[in-house]
Amino acid sequence: MSLLWLRFALACYFIGLIYAFVALTRTSDLFSRIALHAASLGMVFHFVSLVELFLSRQVVWASVHNGESLLAFFSMTFFMIIYAIYQTTSPGVVVFPVVFFLTFVAAVGQQPVLLTSFVPYKGWLVVAHIILIFTGYAALVLSFGASLLYLLQERRLKAKKANSLTDFLPALEVIDQIGYRSLLLGFPFMTLGLVTGSVVAVATYGRMDFLDPKILLSVLMWIVYMIMVFTRWNSGWRGRRAAVLASFAFIAALAAWAANYFSTIHRFTAS
Amino acid sequence: MRYQLIGINHKSAPIEVRERLAIPDSHLPDICRDLTAYPGIEEGMVISTCNRVELVTHTTNGSADLRGFLHDHFHLTAQELDAHLYEFREQDAVRHVFRVASSLDSMVVGEAQILGQVKEAYATARAVGSVRGQLDQLFTRAFAVAKRVRSETAVGSSSVSVASVAVELAKKIFGTLQGKNVFLVGAGKMSELAARHLMAHGCASIFVANRTYDRATGLAEKFNGQAIKFDDLYDHCDRADIVITSTGAPHAIFRREHGEQFLSRRKNKPMFFIDIAVPRDVSPEMAKLDGIFAYDIDDLQQAVSSHVADRRKEAEFAEAIISSEVERFEARLNTLDVVPTIVSLQDHLETIRQAEIDRVRGRMGPLTPDQEMAVEALTRGIINKVMHTPITTLKTAARDAEATTVIDVVRRLFNLRDKDEGDTPQADSKEGPSREVGGTRR
Repeated sequence: MSLLWLRFALACYFIGLIYAFVALTRTSDLFSRIALHAASLGMVFHFVSLVELFLSRQVVWASVHNGESLLAFFSMTFFMIIYAIYQTTSPGVVVFPVVFFLTFVAAVGQQPVLLTSFVPYKGWLVVAHIILIFTGYAALVLSFGASLLYLLQERRLKAKKANSLTDFLPALEVIDQIGYRSLLLGFPFMTLGLVTGSVVAVATYGRMDFLDPKILLSVLMWIVYMIMVFTRWNSGWRGRRAAVLASFAFIAALAAWAANYFSTIHRFTAS
Repeated sequence: MRYQLIGINHKSAPIEVRERLAIPDSHLPDICRDLTAYPGIEEGMVISTCNRVELVTHTTNGSADLRGFLHDHFHLTAQELDAHLYEFREQDAVRHVFRVASSLDSMVVGEAQILGQVKEAYATARAVGSVRGQLDQLFTRAFAVAKRVRSETAVGSSSVSVASVAVELAKKIFGTLQGKNVFLVGAGKMSELAARHLMAHGCASIFVANRTYDRATGLAEKFNGQAIKFDDLYDHCDRADIVITSTGAPHAIFRREHGEQFLSRRKNKPMFFIDIAVPRDVSPEMAKLDGIFAYDIDDLQQAVSSHVADRRKEAEFAEAIISSEVERFEARLNTLDVVPTIVSLQDHLETIRQAEIDRVRGRMGPLTPDQEMAVEALTRGIINKVMHTPITTLKTAARDAEATTVIDVVRRLFNLRDKDEGDTPQADSKEGPSREVGGTRR
């Protein structure tokens, strides 16, 4: 049943996906509102799917597909928070495709797939780890999206040619705030997520294997994240440099995610 | 009507070319004098703004070499300049002057500043004596037309000005203008207007730097702002989010190294430069820096282009007014053209009449007062009747723009000569008009 709700959510997110492509070429207030309502409805279905999964006692949050589903939900939550604050749907241009992709692979994949490495008694800590990490990921996705939008708006303003995209995108400083606040919010979640993950790992294996690809890439991602926060806070990096750094962090995050397939201590089986 | 006009404007030439033709206000009287001293030019005046440089002339034969004047004066080759020039003659020149004064040819259609600039140019040229009868008539009418366009159409209302465009662009960069600081560099009217708009939209404070410190102080007081000495400009400029610059400096005063300094001090927070100076105050190299958004006068034109559509309808009404005014002006000039012919004709016939009366007196001896009155009434009546049709024809022809042909015919028929050819027709002949007519047939 959980999967059914997730597929309903996917259908709703599909409207958001179309909106993301259309918005790149022309502005439509009506379509923007439709996409927003569809995304909200999708979130409701998505939430029901996650709750059902939780209540089914098959809590396998660490499975690849459930993880993707959870990350998509958090990303959408961030999007909605930003919409509530700034009244702009433009981050959807980046967020909607990412959310659709994550939900798609979660909704069509075989479920559930159990993570076999973790010992059961650390369950709540694992859940905390996953929620924290995924919140950090979602913030990173949004920050990355904001960097791209900033770059886009900056180029448009530099080109000095008014068009529908320039009108559609929020002011440069608003995009900057969205990116920076996402970064600031995501960083403690990511940090705490890594800390809880480390605690679970130490409790499970009695040590931290820093050469393990998952741990190595996670630490690398965290370092890039930290550099982003620091350069932004200290030097106010924006525009191209910030976008390059955000892209690097995003790639590092993808690499850290992909490491699940190679790690010996943090791996989804049969994924 | 031997009006001739040549120029470049924001539509015909990029700012890089216009910069090379920029004329400081202090040089305008000299160039007006040079213009009228140029072969073939009777009267001349120069309109020089940040968007246009135009020579408006009245010439001796309607084909003075105005391009040659521009080449000589600005030391530019035909290759460099001619592709950007436009040239109008006679009726087209009148129409163009009317359109310029009415702000229909402006970058921001309907903005009021151009009329003031044209009036200043006119006053300057008049003061040096390069504008007299013909251009005087043209510009006096142009100002009246501009007033009519403004009062009878909405082309100037809710004006999309450079100022309002600047506010809109600033909002695209900063979102809200609340708490933003503005720096005015140079205390021109347009920059003052832009600053007023920005302050009205919530900008927090204003700094003013001008080469004349007193002027900066005066302007700063208007906005409750702070005057900065021009020498300290670079030390304070980074305090502003929006810089409106309009100095008369011959070279860019904001260069790449300045932009880098500002951004470094501001932790890369963006800065918006509104550069309404020609030549530009912000170097293109600085404008390339990430975080620096510089809009020069041409860029602002692009930004306002979206607003132009809103005004198109009003501009169409205004164009109709201009067309009717051009016709009226031409008719008026043509009427003026026939006046000397009418006066000559009247003088000519009066001379004949007096000559004939004198001849009769010679034959008949002195006349009694009653006879004198009767002869006077009789001859005057004949003359009036004879003159009626030619004069009416001349006046009608003037309205129908056929004046030149009819004038020519009348002058030939009555053997009327221009004043410089000799005062009056050969009316002292005892043979009377028949001989003169015969004379013209030679």
